[in-house]
Amino acid sequence: MDNQTIRDRLQAQFPQAILAVSERFGDLSVTLRREDLLAVVTWLRDHPEVPYDFLEHLSGVDYLGRTPRFEVVIHLMSLRYLHRICLKVTAPEDDPHVPSLTPLYPTANYQERETWDLLGIVFDGHPSLQRILMPDDWIGHPQRKDHPLGEEEVAFTFNQERIYAQKPFAKE
Amino acid sequence: MGLETKAGDLGVVTTSLEYVVNWGRTNAMWPLLFGLACCAIEMMGAQSPNYDMSRFGMEINRASPRQADLMIVAGRVSRKMAPVVRRLYDQMSEPKWVVAMGDCASCGGIFNNYAIVQGVDEIVPVDVYVAGCPPRPEALIDGIMMLHEKVKREKISGIKEQPLRLEQPLIQQVDVKKYG
Ligand code: SF4
Repeated sequence: MDNQTIRDRLQAQFPQAILAVSERFGDLSVTLRREDLLAVVTWLRDHPEVPYDFLEHLSGVDYLGRTPRFEVVIHLMSLRYLHRICLKVTAPEDDPHVPSLTPLYPTANYQERETWDLLGIVFDGHPSLQRILMPDDWIGHPQRKDHPLGEEEVAFTFNQERIYAQKPFAKE
Repeated sequence: MGLETKAGDLGVVTTSLEYVVNWGRTNAMWPLLFGLACCAIEMMGAQSPNYDMSRFGMEINRASPRQADLMIVAGRVSRKMAPVVRRLYDQMSEPKWVVAMGDCASCGGIFNNYAIVQGVDEIVPVDVYVAGCPPRPEALIDGIMMLHEKVKREKISGIKEQPLRLEQPLIQQVDVKKYG
């Protein structure tokens, strides 16, 4: 199965959904319209000839300063033909919503939770979108490029009196 | 059938109860079995036959905090892990000691960011800090022997001593004329 065939089939099936197609180092990547993501992925998964039956990876990217700011990257794989396709959907900053793939691939569950936890991209239709890596009471989404890093001042001999006066040392 | 027959020709040794108790504690410490990051590999190395921490009375780690009295925090503690570490510390039976192994456990090390607790002394009281990234097994064993010295100075009332303060800088000014 080669990239060109898949590309032509996708173009023929969803002419309005595909915003950009690129091919690099033998990998096909397709940028999709957000509204059509579920339809395209369902079609790819249930395709009679080349079923993409394995969701390899799902993650988010924060392009700070670009509009639309966020991007979700999905890698699907067909285990029968060992063919891989990369799907991308973008989401603007003021409306970071992307349809969830958990109903189609159960393995997307934790990866979407992680993407939400770290980047704040909301996956509509996810069964329980909760924090997974950060503590439950965490405020903010730390992998966003504008999230503060949270460094603390390092104590040396010349400033340790001042720092240790405020540091919360543990009790017995 | 008394002590005399059992002891044979060993004679009689008199000592203070405090000394015997502390001696017993130092020579039978039970570390808690857990490692948090890369430092744990060196901790395992220290227990391996090459370095053989069992020479100092620590054959195996206990996997249950109820049976352990030494916590070696080997690795960086993330903010999500911090409540778990504190709970393990609370579950250990008294008397208990903590060794912060490595830069990350001592002060945050290279991870000066939102995700890592900047020094495990924010969540548990630390007795000995071991520097290094990671500390070699010798350094860990040195830290544990330092802890042994500290335990030997403990009072029978259970009061731990205050932290030692350096009276003079570690690096002394070298007299160039003298050694030139
Ligand atoms: S001090 Fe170094 S070796 Fe130890 S946990 Fe931190 S980064 Fe890893």
